[in-house]
Amino acid sequence: MPAATPAAVVVAAKGLGLTFVTNDGPVNALSDVNLEIRKGEFVSFIGPSGCGKTTFLRVIADLEQPTAGSIAVNGLSPAEARVKRAYGYVFQAPALYPWRTIEKNVALPLEIIGFNDAEKRARIKRTLELVNLTGFEKKYPWQLSGGMQQRASIARALAFDADLLLMDEPFGALDEISRDHLNSELLKLWAATSKTIGFVTHSIPEAVYLSTKIVVMSPRPGRVTDIIESSLPADRPLEIRETPEFLAIAHRVREGLRAGHSYEE
Amino acid sequence: MTGKSAVPLIVVLIALLVAWYLGSVALNAPVLLDNYARNHIAFNWTQFVLDAWNQSRPVLPSPHQVAIEVWKTTMEVAPNSKRSLVYHSWVTLSATLLGFAIGTVLGIVLAVLIVHNDASDRSLMPWIIASQTVPIVALAPMFVVVTYNILTGDNLLAHAFHLNADSARLVSKGLISTYLSFFPVVVGMVKGFRSPEALHLDLMRTYNASRARTFWKLRFPIALPYLFTSMKVAVAASLVGAIVGELPTGAVAGLGARLLGGSYYGQTVQIWSALVAAAVLAGLLVVAVGIAERLVMSRMGARP
Repeated sequence: MPAATPAAVVVAAKGLGLTFVTNDGPVNALSDVNLEIRKGEFVSFIGPSGCGKTTFLRVIADLEQPTAGSIAVNGLSPAEARVKRAYGYVFQAPALYPWRTIEKNVALPLEIIGFNDAEKRARIKRTLELVNLTGFEKKYPWQLSGGMQQRASIARALAFDADLLLMDEPFGALDEISRDHLNSELLKLWAATSKTIGFVTHSIPEAVYLSTKIVVMSPRPGRVTDIIESSLPADRPLEIRETPEFLAIAHRVREGLRAGHSYEE
Repeated sequence: MTGKSAVPLIVVLIALLVAWYLGSVALNAPVLLDNYARNHIAFNWTQFVLDAWNQSRPVLPSPHQVAIEVWKTTMEVAPNSKRSLVYHSWVTLSATLLGFAIGTVLGIVLAVLIVHNDASDRSLMPWIIASQTVPIVALAPMFVVVTYNILTGDNLLAHAFHLNADSARLVSKGLISTYLSFFPVVVGMVKGFRSPEALHLDLMRTYNASRARTFWKLRFPIALPYLFTSMKVAVAASLVGAIVGELPTGAVAGLGARLLGGSYYGQTVQIWSALVAAAVLAGLLVVAVGIAERLVMSRMGARP
């Protein structure tokens, strides 16, 4: 990689911690997380359940409030960034509104932000093309497969052109074949839009295949155990997953997960 | 309706008719036997059963007597005549619809307050529940008389609305319907407005949507199925309210007045035909809400 001026920092976390107060006492969801996400990066967060990967994404999105340390999104607080609609968020479930057609679902953020009709139509057309859902504008969510619904929810997150895309296990509920397909689609989309992506997953192949940077996390308390810069080329056919380079990175991720996992508990 | 689903309905209907005819014989027997004894008429089973079914003032009229009365008072008199069941049904129906409309709007408004404001949640809900534990029959006379007097008196409210006596009577009856019908709407809509999943609400938060936007784009549409379910209960309760509102206040028109008149003069056939009219009306109202529900839901992309 050429050592030109480094890209702007999109997310910067320093000593970030989050403790939930529950009836069973405090739960340490995040502890001393130090991390930078730069513009244009595809960063995956991987780890077992309870390692705080989703919580970290939700802190970036101002859906959870940290209890220690600091975090900046585009140099602003997460709340300020959210008010400026700095990110699009894709949840584990498509969370489409069942009473809206696909195009109306994509239009939802546009209506709230207040785009005019012509702009709305143009954006719906463009984003549905990006996720290969042209022709399904008038369908209701239940008429689409799970994978198509999740693509529609990605279109919805892309529609208002936020530079940062936060994705929380978006393909976790899908079968292996749809997932492979959507992974390669997502890489194309990322190349076409040059967005910064934060991606939570618990699949090692998915993380290695997609990311430029892999953040390995471990539970109790949720913390970062390893950050791996991927050496894979930008152009990644699905077959890349059988190359020694790919397997070496996957191995390192697996080692990181094993190191972070305490068997005493 | 398909033949498959009509069979159980017909079986139940026949069972009811048989029970009704048997009940009619049993309940009318004492008076009839007494009559036979006094007039020295020999007992004959066939004659006895036929007489029991065709009393002029039966304790329990038989189904065909009620059917004939309903036919006469709907088909054989002008619908605007005071003897027409259609006329009386319309009087009650207009109060029902007015009260139901006000009750539904009131119920939705209260539910919005309760869902959006913690203080109203804690302060309003106990009162709303308490309001329904008061027996409406006890409350209705006072309620109707007081509202009628306020609406026709010399005060700000009366001057604001300018109602004549008939309209004031309609409104005061309608308010009893409101009293009964707002409750299911409040309860249903509170549940409905709170039915969005955490994910749906998080999504609105990521868009930095205001509470008003979240309400119109998410809470209201997601609550609509609850609204229709509540409205089905509310519209039937409204009809009961309107009839109860007519009972104790010397109303001269309406199904409640027919019931009261029937009981003054021992006209059980008239009472039963008014009851049949009320039942048919309630059925039609619930069906109408059901049709509205199906239209709205199909426009909202519900699975057929």
